[in-house]
Amino acid sequence: MRKPHKMTGHQPLDDDFYERLMSLHDGLSDEQSARLNARLVLLMANHIGMGETMDQLLEKAQEDQP
Amino acid sequence: MPNNRYQPFDYVKPPELDGGETSTLPVAIIGAGPIGLAAAIDLAQRGIKVTVLDDNNVVSVGSRAICWAKHTLEIFDRLGIGERMLDKGVTWKIGRLFHGEDEVYNFNLLPEDGHKYPAFINLQQYYVEQYLVERCADFPDLIDLRWKNKVVDHQDDGDLVHLTIETPDGAYALAVEYMLACDGAGSATRQRMGLSFKGETFEEQFLIADVEMEQSPFNTDEPERWFWFKPPFHNGQSALLHKQPDNIYRIDLQLGPDADTEHEKTEAAVMPRLKAIFGDKPFKLDWMSVYKFQCAKLKRMVHNRVLFVGDSAHVVSPFGARGGNGGMHDVDNLGWKLAAVLGGANKDLLETYNSERLHGASENIKNSSRATRFMTPKSPMEMMFRDEVLKLANKEDFARKLINSGRLSVPCALPIEPDVQTTTQRKIGTVIVDAPLSKDGAPCQLIDCMNGAHQLLVIKDDHADLYDVHNGQLSTALKLNDSSGLLVERYSADCAYLIRPDRYIAGITNDVSNEGLNKLTSLAHPAGTADEKAA
Repeated sequence: MRKPHKMTGHQPLDDDFYERLMSLHDGLSDEQSARLNARLVLLMANHIGMGETMDQLLEKAQEDQP
Repeated sequence: MPNNRYQPFDYVKPPELDGGETSTLPVAIIGAGPIGLAAAIDLAQRGIKVTVLDDNNVVSVGSRAICWAKHTLEIFDRLGIGERMLDKGVTWKIGRLFHGEDEVYNFNLLPEDGHKYPAFINLQQYYVEQYLVERCADFPDLIDLRWKNKVVDHQDDGDLVHLTIETPDGAYALAVEYMLACDGAGSATRQRMGLSFKGETFEEQFLIADVEMEQSPFNTDEPERWFWFKPPFHNGQSALLHKQPDNIYRIDLQLGPDADTEHEKTEAAVMPRLKAIFGDKPFKLDWMSVYKFQCAKLKRMVHNRVLFVGDSAHVVSPFGARGGNGGMHDVDNLGWKLAAVLGGANKDLLETYNSERLHGASENIKNSSRATRFMTPKSPMEMMFRDEVLKLANKEDFARKLINSGRLSVPCALPIEPDVQTTTQRKIGTVIVDAPLSKDGAPCQLIDCMNGAHQLLVIKDDHADLYDVHNGQLSTALKLNDSSGLLVERYSADCAYLIRPDRYIAGITNDVSNEGLNKLTSLAHPAGTADEKAA
């Protein structure tokens, strides 16, 4: 199993990231956007790998479920 | 189709109906399918007398279970029909996955050499049953196969199970020490006992068809396993293609939850679907069925003197070939334990059959449910993720690992105590792997040397000593030469393995001194020591 991705020492997310994330969706239909999000989740999940970080992220995402 | 395929076996009037005496026997096996027949042979090889009762008198109608995995073939090898199955069966190891027209990726199930049996063969269940029935005939004094003998009632009084059996000549009674319910997914035994059989039912319907066809639908000479998501020739979600012996091809088509079952079962509905796949290649429809499936298991497989084996205890979806193979793992696990208990060992040994095989059943159900979920996404979002995984898989290795068209049957790892951490290649609670060896100058395989007893394998640099373990005593060593070095590569050198009769590793030591080996040997279950059986 891959080690949890180190969360310390990385570059904090900034407006630049947010702008680029949003612009990925420019001009896309809801379905196209949803597909893009799915791909992005899968790619990011692969980058993080199995382990504690993944566990925490999956839990955190569920916490805010209204 | 060979026209003698469903030649009925002879019904013989049971002796009880002539003499009037009720016999007491060690074991009755209910159901002469592959699981019941295999269990009969396993027990007979251990000197136990078995009576097999089947309400029918022919082999399986339709090919049904066709994929037999390596470990299962090694079990059949021990039971005496492995080589025959290998000769007749279609060996395959390459699987290809398609998304629409495009191949997403392919895999090779057994990329290494030095194994007697391949990763998989395909062989129709009716052949397996026929070979097993013929093998049973090698034990005329131990195996009594009774066709058209329908068990209609049973009562477990704590010491014996009393059976009521109907035949064309009337009903009779039998009393047995143990009854093995090998009566399949719809087990009448299970229903009679009112046991809960809970799990997940999938609404998706599948068409399964066998066609006889001279020309291969594969683009290669080698038979393979082809799986399509969104196949171009079919408007459903998936399709699966396998080759069987006699130029018979198996096709599975996912029809969806709303398909009209009665209509889909007709030739008028099936033929156009098949023509869409095979085009102008001439073919003949051999067998078909439309089915739904569930994943379910019993809470316990051992109910005092009634033991459930195979589909009667657990059912899975067909993707992953975990039904027939999983049932054979049950047989392998039970045979030596039941023989030991009948020989006087403590009945608690059967509890380990219950716990170990429920563990295996859970793993099979988990895997088959996951595959089913991947093939039948439950929501539009789940469908979207599934499709994006397939898309990413064209370029990304990680996404290929997520594609699930069935995780093919492998034996489960068992939590065998004491679980000592070792630096050896193999681990406690896993099954042994085969390796090429030689014995007295003649080549052989490690699998050929496994004889259904507890065995001790002591691995030196260039050779190994193999002992049988009986009541804590070692037999004379069988010297095995490891000229290829593959035994050491797969097991490590200067270590010893205690191997159970079902070829699970029960103990490992790096201390190969007499003291170390004695300690390891003492972990073997004291099978056959007569101290517990009531007079």
